[in-house]
Amino acid sequence: MEYLNIIFQESYKILFLLVPVLVSVAMIVWLDRRVWAFVQKRQGPNVVGPFGLLQSLADALKYIFKEIIIPASSNKVIFILAPIITMTLALIAWAVIPFGVEQVLADINVGILYIFAVSSLGVYGIIMGGWASNSKYPFLGAIRSAAQMVSYEVSIGIIIINVLLCVGSLNLNDIVVAQKEMWFVIPLFPMFVIFFISALAETNRPPFDLPEAEAELVAGYQTEYSGMMYAMFWLGEYANILLMCALGSILFLGGWLSPIDLYPFNLIPGALWLIFKILFLFILFALVKAIVPRYRYDQLMRLGWKIFLPLSLIYVVLTASYLFYFNLLPTI
Amino acid sequence: MIAHAIFFYVFSIIAVVSAIMVTVSKNTVHSVFFLILDFISISCLFIMIGAEFLGMIMLIVYVGAVAVLFLFVVMMLNVAQQKNQWFVSKDSSRHIPIGLLISVIIFFELIIVIGGWKYKPDLFNSAKSSLENGVSNTHSLGQVLYTDYIHVFQISGMILLIAMIGAIVLTFRQREGVKKQSYLKQISRERTEGVEVLEVASNKGVKIDD
Repeated sequence: MEYLNIIFQESYKILFLLVPVLVSVAMIVWLDRRVWAFVQKRQGPNVVGPFGLLQSLADALKYIFKEIIIPASSNKVIFILAPIITMTLALIAWAVIPFGVEQVLADINVGILYIFAVSSLGVYGIIMGGWASNSKYPFLGAIRSAAQMVSYEVSIGIIIINVLLCVGSLNLNDIVVAQKEMWFVIPLFPMFVIFFISALAETNRPPFDLPEAEAELVAGYQTEYSGMMYAMFWLGEYANILLMCALGSILFLGGWLSPIDLYPFNLIPGALWLIFKILFLFILFALVKAIVPRYRYDQLMRLGWKIFLPLSLIYVVLTASYLFYFNLLPTI
Repeated sequence: MIAHAIFFYVFSIIAVVSAIMVTVSKNTVHSVFFLILDFISISCLFIMIGAEFLGMIMLIVYVGAVAVLFLFVVMMLNVAQQKNQWFVSKDSSRHIPIGLLISVIIFFELIIVIGGWKYKPDLFNSAKSSLENGVSNTHSLGQVLYTDYIHVFQISGMILLIAMIGAIVLTFRQREGVKKQSYLKQISRERTEGVEVLEVASNKGVKIDD
């Protein structure tokens, strides 16, 4: 009886978190297309509902009613598992994102490592999808994406070390609270830029969308997928993008803290501030997609290994020596 | 406590079964997937005994990076064929004794490690520092790793670095006649040097490249 109670309580909390995340994923797909269209002087989706807000709902209905086709020569179990894994991994990482002092589903000690681990698992959805399709384009896309995500994870990891040096804790709430005096975007601005670009590469967004470069690989690892399975890949991808925006705003933009600690701003709940920051970062993501042309594969690898990795390593040394010299190292 | 036991048995059964499946399954890519499942369930077990840092590092390093490279190699080189040849052809009898020898050695090592607990029950207490209450295990691990064992830690890092450099040196070869791109050159190209107006004599043509 006691266990049942706990299970019910927790599932209620999980639903309360997951439903808004899924709805906002649908909304940001619409926002992404609108921003993209405005940069190109088009209207974008504006027919279904007010301002076209219900466009994603219409798309979802379309995907649900489409037939799911499983290629005869594919490896069926892995083929079906791949989109499920992508989607699940994109959603479980939200468990540790703090929306306020107490508003977090799982306040674990190693929150940042958990997010890092889950996002590094995300590559399996893509590899499995690409391999199980048993076709040339998906396989090439999957191979590219595996190399790309592993390379950029290295620099993201080192950037996270920079932030952790200033905080002295792996808990996400502690990271937010440590920014009460000054957001880390000010002392660590170069790291914020590199984090943003690496996040683009990590989530396979343009200009680094080589795994699905439509001009060369049709749709990369998604080529053989159809109907709801394709939609799950798509939702997982956007949920991952939102997660990266949330991580960026927690690490650098002060999470749920208000920008000015004064009277009218204090009244706005922290969750809203976090959402504003996520939206700000997401609009940057969308603008980059509209503005920058796609990288070539060797350029992508050079950027990751030869520029970002040394730069972030140098910055770790700088941050550590600065903190050590001025005796600012956080006490645990 | 019951829930704890249930979770423990679920994860350990998954770990053992998938470890067996790694060796049994015919398709090599499936083997790697089972290996990944094994890593994940073992990191769950780590988390269950309170070693959350180790569990997460296990996920990040082994599942997120090492296993991806495994998968890479297995997918690119057609290992499945080779594996079949090994076990069917007459060469297989050559590999089996070596494999048996290694597994026996590992078995004895495990017996020594686990048996140590039986003959020296205070083994855990004799360790230099144990987990204190209220200190996260990331912190206590750092305390030990960067103070008492700093030399061992640094040496293992150097060994990894040397291994990496060695792998690069072994596979690196300078190729002749490869056209390289200098992105600085490409970015700093101006209109004046990019366009050249030539007087071309009729019926003679002109050579523009290099």
